[in-house]
Amino acid sequence: MTKAQIRKNAFLKSIPIMCSYIFVSMAYGIMMENAGFGWYYSLFVSLTVYTGAFQFVLITFLSSGASIVTIALTAFLMNSRQTFYSLTFLKDFQKMGRRKLYMIHTMTDETYAVNCTLDLPEKEKEDTMFLVAFFSRCYWMAGAVLGGVIGQLLPFDMEGIDFCMTALFVIIFIDQWEKTRKHIPAMTGLGIGILCLVIFGQKSFMLPALLITSGILVITEKGGKSV
Amino acid sequence: MTTGGILLAVLVSAVCTFALRALPFLAFSGERRMPLWLDRLGQVLPAAIMAVLIVYCLKDVGSDLRGIAFPKGIAVAAVAVTYKWKHNTLISIAAGTILHMVLLRVL
Repeated sequence: MTKAQIRKNAFLKSIPIMCSYIFVSMAYGIMMENAGFGWYYSLFVSLTVYTGAFQFVLITFLSSGASIVTIALTAFLMNSRQTFYSLTFLKDFQKMGRRKLYMIHTMTDETYAVNCTLDLPEKEKEDTMFLVAFFSRCYWMAGAVLGGVIGQLLPFDMEGIDFCMTALFVIIFIDQWEKTRKHIPAMTGLGIGILCLVIFGQKSFMLPALLITSGILVITEKGGKSV
Repeated sequence: MTTGGILLAVLVSAVCTFALRALPFLAFSGERRMPLWLDRLGQVLPAAIMAVLIVYCLKDVGSDLRGIAFPKGIAVAAVAVTYKWKHNTLISIAAGTILHMVLLRVL
Protein backbone atom coordinates (compact mmCIF):
# COMPACT_ATOMS: atom_id res chain seq x y z
CA MET A 1 0.00 0.00 0.00
CA THR A 2 1.13 3.54 -0.73
CA LYS A 3 1.07 6.26 1.93
CA ALA A 4 -2.15 7.63 0.49
CA GLN A 5 -3.79 4.21 0.51
CA ILE A 6 -2.78 3.69 4.12
CA ARG A 7 -4.26 7.05 5.04
CA LYS A 8 -7.48 6.25 3.24
CA ASN A 9 -7.74 2.81 4.81
CA ALA A 10 -7.08 4.22 8.30
CA PHE A 11 -9.72 6.88 7.77
CA LEU A 12 -12.28 4.30 6.64
CA LYS A 13 -11.47 2.16 9.66
CA SER A 14 -11.96 5.18 11.91
CA ILE A 15 -15.41 6.17 10.62
CA PRO A 16 -17.35 4.12 13.19
CA ILE A 17 -15.19 5.72 15.89
CA MET A 18 -15.95 9.16 14.43
CA CYS A 19 -19.71 8.61 14.67
CA SER A 20 -19.58 7.58 18.28
CA TYR A 21 -16.81 9.95 19.47
CA ILE A 22 -18.15 13.18 18.03
CA PHE A 23 -21.59 12.45 19.42
CA VAL A 24 -20.46 11.35 22.89
CA SER A 25 -17.78 14.04 23.26
CA MET A 26 -20.24 16.73 22.20
CA ALA A 27 -22.52 15.56 24.98
CA TYR A 28 -19.44 15.76 27.21
CA GLY A 29 -18.68 19.33 26.12
CA ILE A 30 -22.29 20.41 26.67
CA MET A 31 -22.31 18.77 30.11
CA MET A 32 -19.05 20.49 31.03
CA GLU A 33 -20.44 23.83 29.89
CA ASN A 34 -23.57 23.18 31.95
CA ALA A 35 -21.43 22.48 35.01
CA GLY A 36 -19.66 25.81 34.48
CA PHE A 37 -16.55 24.64 32.64
CA GLY A 38 -15.93 26.35 29.28
CA TRP A 39 -14.77 24.60 26.10
CA TYR A 40 -11.09 25.19 26.96
CA TYR A 41 -11.53 23.00 30.06
CA SER A 42 -13.15 20.29 27.93
CA LEU A 43 -10.24 20.53 25.48
CA PHE A 44 -7.67 20.45 28.29
CA VAL A 45 -9.19 17.35 29.91
CA SER A 46 -9.65 15.61 26.55
CA LEU A 47 -6.05 16.39 25.65
CA THR A 48 -4.51 15.14 28.89
CA VAL A 49 -6.84 12.45 30.25
CA TYR A 50 -8.56 11.22 27.07
CA THR A 51 -10.75 8.42 28.34
CA GLY A 52 -14.45 8.58 27.60
CA ALA A 53 -16.40 7.24 30.54
CA PHE A 54 -14.09 8.59 33.22
CA GLN A 55 -14.19 12.13 31.82
CA PHE A 56 -17.92 12.18 32.52
CA VAL A 57 -17.43 11.07 36.10
CA LEU A 58 -14.72 13.69 36.47
CA ILE A 59 -17.27 16.44 35.70
CA THR A 60 -19.42 15.49 38.66
CA PHE A 61 -16.33 15.07 40.83
CA LEU A 62 -15.06 18.53 39.89
CA SER A 63 -18.40 20.21 40.48
CA SER A 64 -19.07 18.40 43.76
CA GLY A 65 -15.49 18.89 45.00
CA ALA A 66 -14.55 15.23 45.50
CA SER A 67 -11.24 14.44 47.19
CA ILE A 68 -8.11 13.78 45.14
CA VAL A 69 -7.97 10.26 46.59
CA THR A 70 -11.48 9.47 45.33
CA ILE A 71 -10.64 10.93 41.93
CA ALA A 72 -7.36 9.00 41.66
CA LEU A 73 -8.89 5.69 42.77
CA THR A 74 -11.84 6.06 40.42
CA ALA A 75 -9.48 6.89 37.53
CA PHE A 76 -7.39 3.91 38.51
CA LEU A 77 -10.25 1.42 38.65
CA MET A 78 -12.27 2.73 35.72
CA ASN A 79 -9.26 2.78 33.45
CA SER A 80 -7.67 -0.45 34.62
CA ARG A 81 -9.13 -2.16 31.56
CA GLN A 82 -6.73 -0.11 29.43
CA THR A 83 -3.91 -2.07 31.05
CA PHE A 84 -5.34 -5.21 29.55
CA TYR A 85 -5.70 -3.57 26.15
CA SER A 86 -2.06 -2.47 26.18
CA LEU A 87 -1.09 -6.02 26.99
CA THR A 88 -2.57 -7.22 23.70
CA PHE A 89 -0.42 -4.82 21.69
CA LEU A 90 2.72 -5.02 23.79
CA LYS A 91 4.81 -6.42 20.95
CA ASP A 92 3.36 -4.18 18.24
CA PHE A 93 3.85 -0.92 20.13
CA GLN A 94 7.30 -1.94 21.36
CA LYS A 95 8.54 -1.76 17.78
CA MET A 96 7.07 1.67 17.05
CA GLY A 97 9.91 3.76 18.44
CA ARG A 98 8.99 7.37 19.08
CA ARG A 99 5.34 6.72 18.32
CA LYS A 100 5.10 4.19 21.16
CA LEU A 101 4.23 6.75 23.85
CA TYR A 102 1.54 8.23 21.66
CA MET A 103 0.09 4.77 21.03
CA ILE A 104 0.04 4.06 24.76
CA HIS A 105 -1.67 7.36 25.56
CA THR A 106 -4.31 7.00 22.86
CA MET A 107 -5.40 3.42 23.59
CA THR A 108 -9.17 3.42 24.13
CA ASP A 109 -11.97 0.84 23.96
CA GLU A 110 -12.71 1.86 20.39
CA THR A 111 -9.19 2.05 18.96
CA TYR A 112 -8.46 -1.27 20.66
CA ALA A 113 -11.42 -2.84 18.89
CA VAL A 114 -10.33 -1.45 15.51
CA ASN A 115 -6.69 -2.44 16.03
CA CYS A 116 -7.85 -5.98 16.73
CA THR A 117 -9.43 -6.17 13.28
CA LEU A 118 -6.29 -5.07 11.37
CA ASP A 119 -4.72 -7.81 9.35
CA LEU A 120 -1.83 -6.13 7.55
CA PRO A 121 1.93 -6.51 7.08
CA GLU A 122 3.93 -5.13 10.00
CA LYS A 123 4.89 -1.67 8.71
CA GLU A 124 1.48 -0.96 7.24
CA LYS A 125 -0.24 -2.14 10.41
CA GLU A 126 1.89 0.21 12.51
CA ASP A 127 1.13 3.20 10.29
CA THR A 128 -2.58 2.36 10.24
CA MET A 129 -2.76 1.96 14.02
CA PHE A 130 -1.03 5.29 14.46
CA LEU A 131 -3.37 7.09 12.09
CA VAL A 132 -6.50 5.50 13.58
CA ALA A 133 -5.31 6.64 17.02
CA PHE A 134 -4.56 10.13 15.69
CA PHE A 135 -7.89 10.53 13.87
CA SER A 136 -9.85 9.24 16.85
CA ARG A 137 -8.18 11.67 19.21
CA CYS A 138 -9.00 14.53 16.82
CA TYR A 139 -12.66 13.49 16.64
CA TRP A 140 -12.89 13.38 20.40
CA MET A 141 -11.33 16.81 20.91
CA ALA A 142 -13.32 18.41 18.11
CA GLY A 143 -16.55 17.09 19.60
CA ALA A 144 -15.65 18.26 23.09
CA VAL A 145 -14.90 21.81 21.89
CA LEU A 146 -17.97 21.85 19.65
CA GLY A 147 -20.14 20.68 22.56
CA GLY A 148 -18.77 23.42 24.79
CA VAL A 149 -19.50 26.09 22.20
CA ILE A 150 -22.95 24.69 21.39
CA GLY A 151 -23.72 24.49 25.10
CA GLN A 152 -22.97 28.21 25.33
CA LEU A 153 -25.10 29.13 22.32
CA LEU A 154 -28.15 26.95 22.93
CA PRO A 155 -31.08 29.21 23.71
CA PHE A 156 -32.86 26.70 25.92
CA ASP A 157 -32.00 25.17 29.24
CA MET A 158 -30.10 21.87 28.94
CA GLU A 159 -31.10 20.52 32.35
CA GLY A 160 -31.11 16.73 32.22
CA ILE A 161 -28.41 16.37 29.52
CA ASP A 162 -26.18 14.83 32.19
CA PHE A 163 -28.25 11.66 31.79
CA CYS A 164 -26.11 10.75 28.77
CA MET A 165 -23.45 9.61 31.25
CA THR A 166 -25.92 7.27 32.97
CA ALA A 167 -27.05 6.00 29.56
CA LEU A 168 -23.44 5.32 28.52
CA PHE A 169 -22.78 3.35 31.71
CA VAL A 170 -25.97 1.32 31.40
CA ILE A 171 -24.95 0.39 27.83
CA ILE A 172 -21.42 -0.60 28.85
CA PHE A 173 -22.91 -2.60 31.72
CA ILE A 174 -25.24 -4.48 29.36
CA ASP A 175 -22.30 -5.19 27.01
CA GLN A 176 -20.26 -6.55 29.90
CA TRP A 177 -23.22 -8.57 31.12
CA GLU A 178 -23.78 -10.19 27.72
CA LYS A 179 -20.10 -11.06 27.31
CA THR A 180 -20.03 -13.45 30.26
CA ARG A 181 -22.13 -15.98 32.11
CA LYS A 182 -20.44 -15.09 35.37
CA HIS A 183 -22.61 -12.36 36.83
CA ILE A 184 -21.46 -12.47 40.46
CA PRO A 185 -18.87 -9.66 39.99
CA ALA A 186 -21.48 -7.32 38.48
CA MET A 187 -23.96 -8.16 41.25
CA THR A 188 -21.21 -7.62 43.84
CA GLY A 189 -20.57 -4.13 42.47
CA LEU A 190 -24.28 -3.34 42.48
CA GLY A 191 -24.85 -4.71 46.00
CA ILE A 192 -21.79 -3.10 47.58
CA GLY A 193 -22.57 0.17 45.79
CA ILE A 194 -26.10 0.33 47.18
CA LEU A 195 -24.98 -0.81 50.64
CA CYS A 196 -22.26 1.86 50.81
CA LEU A 197 -24.68 4.50 49.55
CA VAL A 198 -27.06 3.66 52.40
CA ILE A 199 -24.27 3.54 55.01
CA PHE A 200 -22.00 6.42 53.94
CA GLY A 201 -24.44 8.69 52.12
CA GLN A 202 -24.36 10.32 48.67
CA LYS A 203 -21.30 12.48 49.23
CA SER A 204 -18.78 9.92 50.41
CA PHE A 205 -19.84 6.43 49.35
CA MET A 206 -17.75 6.12 46.16
CA LEU A 207 -14.37 5.56 47.80
CA PRO A 208 -15.49 2.75 50.17
CA ALA A 209 -17.69 1.22 47.46
CA LEU A 210 -14.82 1.03 44.94
CA LEU A 211 -12.32 -0.20 47.52
CA ILE A 212 -14.59 -2.93 48.92
CA THR A 213 -15.76 -4.10 45.48
CA SER A 214 -12.25 -4.37 44.03
CA GLY A 215 -11.01 -5.89 47.31
CA ILE A 216 -13.63 -8.65 47.15
CA LEU A 217 -12.79 -9.39 43.52
CA VAL A 218 -9.05 -9.52 44.21
CA ILE A 219 -9.66 -12.02 47.00
CA THR A 220 -12.07 -14.21 45.02
CA GLU A 221 -9.95 -14.19 41.84
CA LYS A 222 -6.68 -14.77 43.65
CA GLY A 223 -8.13 -17.53 45.80
CA GLY A 224 -10.50 -19.15 43.32
CA LYS A 225 -9.45 -21.73 40.78
CA SER A 226 -12.51 -21.90 38.58
CA VAL A 227 -13.11 -19.33 35.87
CA MET B 1 -13.19 23.90 43.68
CA THR B 2 -10.50 26.46 42.95
CA THR B 3 -8.83 26.63 39.52
CA GLY B 4 -5.69 25.15 41.07
CA GLY B 5 -7.70 22.30 42.57
CA ILE B 6 -9.34 21.61 39.23
CA LEU B 7 -5.99 21.56 37.41
CA LEU B 8 -4.54 19.26 40.05
CA ALA B 9 -7.53 16.89 39.76
CA VAL B 10 -7.22 16.81 35.96
CA LEU B 11 -3.47 16.20 36.07
CA VAL B 12 -3.80 13.44 38.68
CA SER B 13 -6.43 11.80 36.45
CA ALA B 14 -4.17 12.14 33.42
CA VAL B 15 -1.17 10.62 35.19
CA CYS B 16 -3.23 7.71 36.60
CA THR B 17 -4.73 6.99 33.19
CA PHE B 18 -1.42 7.12 31.35
CA ALA B 19 0.28 5.01 34.01
CA LEU B 20 -2.35 2.29 33.61
CA ARG B 21 -1.99 2.29 29.85
CA ALA B 22 1.80 2.12 30.16
CA LEU B 23 1.96 -0.40 33.00
CA PRO B 24 2.28 -3.56 30.87
CA PHE B 25 5.23 -2.02 29.00
CA LEU B 26 7.10 -1.56 32.27
CA ALA B 27 6.02 -4.67 34.12
CA PHE B 28 5.64 -7.35 31.50
CA SER B 29 8.17 -6.64 28.80
CA GLY B 30 10.51 -9.43 27.84
CA GLU B 31 9.84 -12.82 29.37
CA ARG B 32 7.77 -11.82 32.38
CA ARG B 33 4.15 -12.80 31.96
CA MET B 34 1.12 -11.55 33.82
CA PRO B 35 -0.01 -13.80 36.69
CA LEU B 36 -3.18 -15.74 35.93
CA TRP B 37 -5.22 -14.24 38.74
CA LEU B 38 -4.53 -10.74 37.44
CA ASP B 39 -5.74 -11.84 34.05
CA ARG B 40 -8.96 -13.16 35.63
CA LEU B 41 -9.33 -9.94 37.61
CA GLY B 42 -9.15 -8.01 34.36
CA GLN B 43 -12.10 -9.98 33.06
CA VAL B 44 -14.37 -9.41 36.05
CA LEU B 45 -13.40 -5.95 37.33
CA PRO B 46 -14.91 -3.75 34.57
CA ALA B 47 -18.47 -5.05 35.05
CA ALA B 48 -18.27 -4.59 38.83
CA ILE B 49 -16.87 -1.06 38.56
CA MET B 50 -19.53 -0.16 36.00
CA ALA B 51 -22.20 -1.39 38.44
CA VAL B 52 -20.82 0.90 41.17
CA LEU B 53 -20.85 3.78 38.68
CA ILE B 54 -24.48 3.17 37.82
CA VAL B 55 -25.27 3.38 41.54
CA TYR B 56 -23.28 6.64 41.54
CA CYS B 57 -25.39 8.04 38.69
CA LEU B 58 -28.62 7.09 40.46
CA LYS B 59 -27.50 8.01 43.97
CA ASP B 60 -30.07 10.78 44.38
CA VAL B 61 -33.19 8.80 43.41
CA GLY B 62 -34.17 8.32 47.05
CA SER B 63 -34.35 12.05 47.75
CA ASP B 64 -37.13 12.98 45.33
CA LEU B 65 -39.45 10.37 43.90
CA ARG B 66 -41.34 12.48 41.37
CA GLY B 67 -38.64 14.94 40.39
CA ILE B 68 -35.67 12.54 40.17
CA ALA B 69 -36.56 8.86 40.60
CA PHE B 70 -39.30 8.68 37.95
CA PRO B 71 -37.45 10.54 35.17
CA LYS B 72 -34.23 8.62 35.79
CA GLY B 73 -35.91 5.26 36.28
CA ILE B 74 -38.00 5.52 33.12
CA ALA B 75 -35.04 6.81 31.10
CA VAL B 76 -32.79 3.96 32.32
CA ALA B 77 -35.49 1.48 31.30
CA ALA B 78 -35.69 3.15 27.88
CA VAL B 79 -31.91 2.85 27.41
CA ALA B 80 -31.92 -0.82 28.44
CA VAL B 81 -34.89 -1.76 26.24
CA THR B 82 -33.69 0.12 23.14
CA TYR B 83 -30.17 -1.25 23.57
CA LYS B 84 -31.40 -4.83 23.98
CA TRP B 85 -33.51 -4.32 20.89
CA LYS B 86 -31.13 -2.51 18.49
CA HIS B 87 -27.69 -2.75 20.11
CA ASN B 88 -26.95 0.74 18.87
CA THR B 89 -25.11 2.95 21.36
CA LEU B 90 -26.05 6.26 19.76
CA ILE B 91 -29.76 5.52 19.48
CA SER B 92 -29.96 4.37 23.09
CA ILE B 93 -28.02 7.34 24.51
CA ALA B 94 -30.09 9.80 22.49
CA ALA B 95 -33.42 8.13 23.34
CA GLY B 96 -32.65 7.93 27.07
CA THR B 97 -31.26 11.45 27.36
CA ILE B 98 -34.04 13.15 25.40
CA LEU B 99 -36.69 11.20 27.31
CA HIS B 100 -35.05 12.19 30.60
CA MET B 101 -35.00 15.86 29.62
CA VAL B 102 -38.65 15.75 28.58
CA LEU B 103 -39.76 13.89 31.72
CA LEU B 104 -37.96 16.42 33.94
CA ARG B 105 -40.13 19.13 32.43
CA VAL B 106 -43.51 17.41 32.28
CA LEU B 107 -43.65 15.29 35.45
